[in-house]
Amino acid sequence: MDYLLTEEQQMIKDLCHQIAEEKIKPVAAEYDENDEFPWDLVKVFAESDICGVYIPEQYGGLGGGVFEMAIAAEELSWGCGGISLAFAATGLGTYPILLFGNDEQKAKYLPDIAAGKKLAAFCITEAEAGSDAGGIKTTAKKDGDHYILNGTKQWITNGGEAEIYTVVAMTNKEKGPRGASAFIVEKGTPGLSFGKKEDKLGIRGSATREVVFTDCRVPKENLLGREGLGFIVAMKTFDYSRPGVAAQALGIAQRAMDEAVNYARERKQFGKPIASFQGVQFMLADMAIQIEASRALIYSAARMIDSGAKNVAKVSAICKTFASDTAMKVTIDAVQVLGGYGYMKEYPVEKLMRDAKITQIYEGTNQIQRSVIGSALIKESLSKK
Amino acid sequence: MKIIVLIKQVPDTIDVKIDPVTNALKREGVAAIINPFDMYAIEEAIRIKERVGEGEIVVISMGPPQAEAALREAISMGCDSGVLLSDRKFAGSDTWATSYTIAQAVKKIGDYKVILCGKQASDGDTAQVGPGVSVHVNIPQVTYIKKIEKIDTSSATVERMTEEGYDIVETPLPALFSVVKEINEPRLPSLKGKMKAKKAEIPVWTAEDLSCPDDKIGLDGSPTRVVKVFSPPPREGGRIIEGEPSEIAKELAGLLKDAILS
Repeated sequence: MDYLLTEEQQMIKDLCHQIAEEKIKPVAAEYDENDEFPWDLVKVFAESDICGVYIPEQYGGLGGGVFEMAIAAEELSWGCGGISLAFAATGLGTYPILLFGNDEQKAKYLPDIAAGKKLAAFCITEAEAGSDAGGIKTTAKKDGDHYILNGTKQWITNGGEAEIYTVVAMTNKEKGPRGASAFIVEKGTPGLSFGKKEDKLGIRGSATREVVFTDCRVPKENLLGREGLGFIVAMKTFDYSRPGVAAQALGIAQRAMDEAVNYARERKQFGKPIASFQGVQFMLADMAIQIEASRALIYSAARMIDSGAKNVAKVSAICKTFASDTAMKVTIDAVQVLGGYGYMKEYPVEKLMRDAKITQIYEGTNQIQRSVIGSALIKESLSKK
Repeated sequence: MKIIVLIKQVPDTIDVKIDPVTNALKREGVAAIINPFDMYAIEEAIRIKERVGEGEIVVISMGPPQAEAALREAISMGCDSGVLLSDRKFAGSDTWATSYTIAQAVKKIGDYKVILCGKQASDGDTAQVGPGVSVHVNIPQVTYIKKIEKIDTSSATVERMTEEGYDIVETPLPALFSVVKEINEPRLPSLKGKMKAKKAEIPVWTAEDLSCPDDKIGLDGSPTRVVKVFSPPPREGGRIIEGEPSEIAKELAGLLKDAILS
């Protein structure tokens, strides 16, 4: 389908696909196996100007938005859904600064992110607070010109590798969610340390670690927005970042379908390519239907968010849920089309299935997304009366 | 430091088709790419510029109007500008006339320190045009280089690949270097480069712009003619002798004896 991309958007899409095809695809299995951080690829992203596609031109980016982030994440994830995270999870860590940072904060941090010199990470999840962001136990206590952070964040993508961390911590516990605040913490700040790297089912090659704050003194200039805004920062960030997760899922699904179609054309049984059998064709057709619907949904949601529309939580959640459920279903079916070969690590589809699963879980499980969508529906209905 | 890169647009195929009547390459219906060896020359030019810390890279290509796309691609990777040498009068040029024409453009650009090109083109495979240019402009040439060890504005030390190993060659600049694939790994274009390439003005220089007399360019200026192009007959399929080693040896010896005596 033609989504009427601008010339610049088409350039981003083409270049990211070229990077995926020529640079990521050949090494994806190796990174999956060794689970090393893909610094070689980060260098390629930086040299190709990919890192700043969603960052304003005045800070060295290309001046795009959620849409540009989505098409880049889609194509890079077609190459590998784990390696692409060095770019996409940096976006998640950067949105708090883009959306709530003041001019000084933007001028200080965005140029290095846009140039690919530094990666970012977003820290909200804890052992007892994930979907329930109100349960955050990490504290930030004001002390003169500083805040002192204490607590442990869990499962932080790009943890340990990123230079810039945007962190949600409680400045006033009594106020619950309204007592949360968001901070920028730089790697190297005394009191900031990292826990062990998690051994994951999929998206291996992306780093997931604990981020630990022990009397970590952060200058008060690093507060994002004002005190008490932390929960809003997190929710708004997710509104902007979820289409990126959706796009990651879309790229994985597209790759799974491409692999399934190629295999079905080549694999012969009963003297014919299995692609000639209706049973297989129907499976491939269902993949195509769901993938194209996901793409149309993600692109529309991203364009709507970039237009500055208010109340985008619902569409953002809808596209994330639909695309990630699609990726799971499509990758399972792709393994099925490849049969025994699909189950073997020698072929790329079992990895796609493992990589797809996370998209249903992180940045809010799909059950939480459905809660977001449900409450938006109720709110809309109430406002009509 | 001005660097000139010579590139050629070639068909994106390893299966080159030859027109049986004209004996020229068939370009129709085949996607065109930058000659793969020239990609290494482009990359090396960019690396020299990065290494020296300043410089200007001018890319030259001679070919039909559509070869402009190759120049834009070079700019998207990081070259500064491109010039297309295109004129109906250039048609039918052999390697002598081509290198003469390119040399005229090189002289017109002037003030360069290095000329880089791929070791040969993937379609014609002659490896003559680069060296030819260096002779026409009267500068040293070092071919098949796999590494530039040292370079400044007055001289360079390079490694020249040979069948057994490599030579280390020191040369004053300006000089022409033809490069082999071992020299680097070409980078991908950047988004900013692509945007710059899209907007770039690519001047087209004709025979007149280059003050080329008619008897030195095109078919008339070409001392050589391609008389015939043919594929050697494919090798006949061999035969695998099976059986016990001693039987195989015996049969093979017999066959060889017959073959030599017949």
